Amino acid sequence: MIIAEQKPLDEILAAIGDAKKILVLGCGACVTICFAGGAKEVGILASQIRIASSKAGKDVEVTEDTIERQCENEFFDRVKEKAAEADVVLSIACGVGVQTIIEVFPEKIVFAGLNTTFYGRPKEPGLFTEYCEGCGSCILNATGGICPIARCSKSLLNGPCGGSENGKCEVDPLNIECAWHLIHERLKSIGRLDLMEQVSPPKDWSTSSSGGVRRIVREDLREVKL
Amino acid sequence: MKSNSNLEKILESGKFAVTSELGPPKGPDVSAIEKKAAFLKGNVDAVNLTDNQTAIVRLSSIASAHILIELGLEPVMQMVCRDRNRIAMQSDLFGACALGVRNMLCLSGDHQCFGNHPTAKSVYDIDSIQLIATVKKMRDDGKVICGDDIEGAFEMFIGAAENPFADPFETRVPRLAKKVAAGVDFIQTQCIYDMNRFKEWMRGVRERGLDKKVHILAGLAPLKSAGMANYMNKKVAGVSVPEDIINRMKGVPKEQQAEEGIKICLEQIEEIKQIEGVHGVHIMAIEWEHKVREIVERAGLLPRPAA
Ligand code: SF4
Ligand code: SF4
Repeated sequence: MIIAEQKPLDEILAAIGDAKKILVLGCGACVTICFAGGAKEVGILASQIRIASSKAGKDVEVTEDTIERQCENEFFDRVKEKAAEADVVLSIACGVGVQTIIEVFPEKIVFAGLNTTFYGRPKEPGLFTEYCEGCGSCILNATGGICPIARCSKSLLNGPCGGSENGKCEVDPLNIECAWHLIHERLKSIGRLDLMEQVSPPKDWSTSSSGGVRRIVREDLREVKL
Repeated sequence: MKSNSNLEKILESGKFAVTSELGPPKGPDVSAIEKKAAFLKGNVDAVNLTDNQTAIVRLSSIASAHILIELGLEPVMQMVCRDRNRIAMQSDLFGACALGVRNMLCLSGDHQCFGNHPTAKSVYDIDSIQLIATVKKMRDDGKVICGDDIEGAFEMFIGAAENPFADPFETRVPRLAKKVAAGVDFIQTQCIYDMNRFKEWMRGVRERGLDKKVHILAGLAPLKSAGMANYMNKKVAGVSVPEDIINRMKGVPKEQQAEEGIKICLEQIEEIKQIEGVHGVHIMAIEWEHKVREIVERAGLLPRPAA
């Protein structure tokens, strides 16, 4: 899923500025699961804004809501009225959610309350780690199911580099596991160490964000043919 | 001959090679290169020019290599994968070749988090092994990665680094095999302090016959002080300094530690000369370039052979 974390409160307050009516809008999907932008976080952030505003002597009205998913138009119907009443919508969904609001309510000023960070998962309670970069041409089948693009600090396709020590990456030996150490261990355990010796050619990055803005067309799902 | 470089000729004729390293200045100060080059001239066969080493912005390795040629020394231009994509790298390789550079070293590069621009975007479009294969394709097939023909002859003696001390140890011989398969001509190793582990690695290298396919130069970084020994052990990723060496450095008074470091280095050179499959030494005397002549001389490696 998409992992995000809340921006510092000061940055959020600076963004909303002198707005009088603010709708804090959460999302029930990824950001709820990673405790950054669900109903609970909406409530906390709304209270923080109210407290900060009253401290600053500002008369601000903060409303709250959380919809099922901010990345799909259909879920916005329920908050149409609330949004119409607000001067600004402060979204605490991922960056996709923020941009969806702009398309659904083009007349609204929308601010982002989160920093959208990576595709990952909660590895342990309170620990979220990155697993995928959406490179558009998955190589997991050649790397024992461990992604060196997202999980090697240098995205090496022929690792490990000379900085791998005790299973850790030179970039942060306390906290980052060396992906190529993990790949080596995994390939060993499944009897495929031969894959470690195959020279991977330069990757086709045109399927990644380097190739320009990406889209997928599924003719079978389309109502109007392109 | 692949490049006609001095280094290639020495290695191909079976002579014991000596290379060293020069860190370019943090600006266009040519005199800094001239000063260091003067210490190295005539004392080594070729000199590595580091490429924004430890991710600190410095005079480019291409320009530095060219300055070195003008000063009458032979450069080994280092190139890291951190800062340039395949378009810029191949273009710069043309440029280097056009300026007379005939040796290069393909490296992943230290991550930018270690340098003076930790907020930079990293590139890593291709990695060091893919870079080796790229340079080989340019040289032997006369083609760039996409398959387009190169105009003019591209000559280059292709080097890479290898770190026998990084983990997992089991990957370190296969990794060399991979570099050989990609087309590397010579290897300069990470600096050796743990001679036993180096010898173990070399055994593995010989078992697979890799020493017959690539010239291995053993990397040495003479210790200036006990403090440096400690620092290298604790702070430099993929380097370990054994207890006995640290103790030996600590065991002599401060003002004699530099001499002790040189003695250790000389003993290492003697040991390395006896290891089958090692074809030279790479002496990394960072900011200690003026000691290189003394080390090479006391190791009995002067005069350097005319190629
Ligand atoms: S190879 Fe690409 S698609 Fe597959 S996990 Fe890694 S980044 Fe994601
Ligand atoms: S130490 Fe491992 S994870 Fe870190 S850059 Fe090197 S190969 Fe990648």
